[in-house]
Amino acid sequence: MSQSAQAKPEIALPRPAGLRGFASDWASDQRAFKNVSWGKAMMWIFLLSDTFIFGCFLVAYMTARVSTAIAWPNPSTVFALSIGGKEIPLILIAIMTFVLISSSGTMAMAVNYGYRRDRRKAAILMLTTALFGAIFVGMQAFEWTKLITEGVRPWGNPWGAAQFGSTFFMITGFHGTHVSIGVIFLVIIARKVWRGDFDTEKRGFFTSRKGNYEIVEIMGLYWHFVDLVWVFIFAFFYLW
Amino acid sequence: MANIPAGIDDTVPLAEVADVELYHPKSWWTTYVFSQDAKVIAIQYSLTAISIGFVALVLSWLMRIQLAFPGALSFIDAEHYYQFITMHGMIMVIYLLTALFLGGFGNYLIPLMLGARDMVFPYANMLSYWLYLLAVLVLVAGFFVPGGPTGAGWTLYPPQSILSGTPGGKDWGIILMLTSLILFIIGFTMGGLNYVVTVLQGRTRGMTLMRMPLTIWGIFTATVMALLAFPALFVASVMMLFDRVLGTSFFMPTIVEMGEHLKNGGGSPILFQHLFWFFGHPEVYIVALPAFGIVSDLISTHARKNIFGYRMMVWAIVGIGALSFVVWAHHMYVSGMNPKFGFFFATTTLIIAVPTAIKVYNWVLTLWRGDIHLTLPMLFALGFMVTFVNGGLTGLFLGNVVVDVPLAKTLFVVAHFHMVMGVAPIMVVFGAICHWYPKVTGRMLDETLGRVHFFVTFVGAYAIFFPMHYLGLLGVPRRYSELGDTAFIPPSVQALNEFITIMALIVGAAQILFLFNLAWSLRRGKEAGGNPWRATTLEWQTPQTPPAHGNWGKELPVVYRWAYDYSVPGAAQDFIPQNQPNGDRISREPAS
Ligand code: HEM
Ligand SMILES: [Cu+2]
Repeated sequence: MSQSAQAKPEIALPRPAGLRGFASDWASDQRAFKNVSWGKAMMWIFLLSDTFIFGCFLVAYMTARVSTAIAWPNPSTVFALSIGGKEIPLILIAIMTFVLISSSGTMAMAVNYGYRRDRRKAAILMLTTALFGAIFVGMQAFEWTKLITEGVRPWGNPWGAAQFGSTFFMITGFHGTHVSIGVIFLVIIARKVWRGDFDTEKRGFFTSRKGNYEIVEIMGLYWHFVDLVWVFIFAFFYLW
Repeated sequence: MANIPAGIDDTVPLAEVADVELYHPKSWWTTYVFSQDAKVIAIQYSLTAISIGFVALVLSWLMRIQLAFPGALSFIDAEHYYQFITMHGMIMVIYLLTALFLGGFGNYLIPLMLGARDMVFPYANMLSYWLYLLAVLVLVAGFFVPGGPTGAGWTLYPPQSILSGTPGGKDWGIILMLTSLILFIIGFTMGGLNYVVTVLQGRTRGMTLMRMPLTIWGIFTATVMALLAFPALFVASVMMLFDRVLGTSFFMPTIVEMGEHLKNGGGSPILFQHLFWFFGHPEVYIVALPAFGIVSDLISTHARKNIFGYRMMVWAIVGIGALSFVVWAHHMYVSGMNPKFGFFFATTTLIIAVPTAIKVYNWVLTLWRGDIHLTLPMLFALGFMVTFVNGGLTGLFLGNVVVDVPLAKTLFVVAHFHMVMGVAPIMVVFGAICHWYPKVTGRMLDETLGRVHFFVTFVGAYAIFFPMHYLGLLGVPRRYSELGDTAFIPPSVQALNEFITIMALIVGAAQILFLFNLAWSLRRGKEAGGNPWRATTLEWQTPQTPPAHGNWGKELPVVYRWAYDYSVPGAAQDFIPQNQPNGDRISREPAS
């Protein structure tokens, strides 16, 4: 649009601190969250909505678990893996959790290098994150296969309440889908970072909007969220 | 980096965000079909919603004919009646009203009223519409598959909804319905995020939250609610889909069906009811709040008076939105619950009446001694107020557990919710279309046709739904395709039913008149000019009518005042647009 409007977004007007600052931001024009870009605001609100989805899933799971008349299978034996002839409870899930938490670490570093315009490091760290994510999904596929060969089905299982299998496949499946989508986008954005699209402010193919390194951070928000959700699933499903 | 033009008035802060560069479509396809312009998306949403709404209207005729003249249409049996009820209810509530208020009016009005060039993420906004269209097509496909659409009632209560006794329960019907809902929710989320972020982060200079027109407050709050309430429906739909397709037992208790033990067991139908109504009750307000907002603006503009108690109105909208998340179980009084919970939900339900009543008083006080122009939008706004108060009062009856229990399954409830969430929002839809049609098309609607349509619809709606309260008190049950010989039902019910049906057909015919008016005025209507209602809000101050791509030409508008400067004493005109610089200093002088 007009030339004069090509302003730098960060005109930091002096604002009061604390609660007063909050009130004055909300009373101001243009933006309620100062210095928060559109993309970031959108991701936060999406995550809020997604929290409600996972919340409903988990509440449904808890209802099923406390109200079923048939005993719930014991997680520490169901999720055990026999290694070298010994049954080790929750070992696979511990590794999976460790991998996913580590991927949050590499993601955070990628964000940092992105803002420093260190394209190579940022891209490599994003790809590492994606790799961790893929390993996580791979191990989940392994766990599913193991349970399925042991006879667990969405409609029943050999050890107890049928809702065990239904909620397990539904919730881990929904979470795994989130991780997989994250992996795909991580790869796409890593490629753009690598090519230097964000240095030249190359326009997106569909949206024709200029990209910048903030997208790495937005991606990070999503990734940490998926990670956090996993912690809850882990706690409620495997440790309860 | 050039500098930003300093404000004309230093009370308006400088621009914080660089003006966006929009996507400029290059072909006919990307301009009119796969368009990323919120205005085009709005029209697409509206036309799709109105078309599918018409299907729901036709279904209501069929139901009414069956009720008044059982057997007259030989193809309607009890099963079809259930299917018609279900599709009618679901389409009206979700695919017509929700889509039209948020996808239609939201898309058109949010950027224009806030002085933005478009939604913040036009591409996601476009996807939102196409997913909505897909959802509608999947829904309609239900009519053509073997077994027909689902007949589970719009509440889709399990276990009956996925058993063979219910039409579509063991066929395709319920699968398509659930799939369609899931698609709708995904699509809505893409649009909804856009609306919320545009309101929070995309306003023009000077447009503070407390200067936003109430239309935007209503749409904004409703969208936030939708983003938090639809997840529950999403989860419920996914789980029911698994119950139906994979044979899981989320909602299925142990069941003996036709002497045969089903494999299911251990699930909880009540869980579905909680999830459904955690969505379902806010949904009522997702439809109502945009209507509240729009009606406030219609009343203020056409009575040439500032809205009474603007701040109170805003807080009432926000308060209703928040409260409506803690009342859902009032739909489950007859499902049985701990009396303490019943008490809690009855109390919160009655508390919601307070902000709602405040709004009604404020509308009345806005009209009080106003310079009321009985234009089409004003007529519909008045129609809304009357029907809404009417439905609200019967709602107070039903909010009481002891009164609700005997009435819950009768036509009294049908009359109540049609008044409050059927007729009342539809009145606003009509009023809003009449109000903004000149901006969207550049032409006025035909006044005479419009008036005929209004009076037939308004009087007709009363003729349809008022007698239903009485039928409900007599004990006529809802969701019954015919009554047969029932001891407690007097023969006069039949006469009343015939009357209602004839009125319903007349009202239906009047809607065709309205559609004709829309089409006819597109070419033949009077030229409207930029601001035919002499309104203050920004959408009427665009350089072109209909607004061009990017809405504002070279410079974005700057806002200096709230949206309700009507009949300001001493001002040159009886309205001062929001983008007119400060003080009566300027408005006293004739515009140069
Ligand atoms: C002229 C307009 C309309 C007529 C004649 C009409 C008629 C009917 C009839 C006959 C029923 C079935 C009652 C029963 O036997 O239980 C019904 C149900 C229903 N209608 Fe309407 N209706 C109209 C407009 C609307 C509108 C605008 C809405 C939007 C909210 C709406 C929402 C519903 C709902 C939610 C149900 C309940 C469905 C169920 O029980 O599952 N209707 N309507
Ligand atoms: Cu309710």
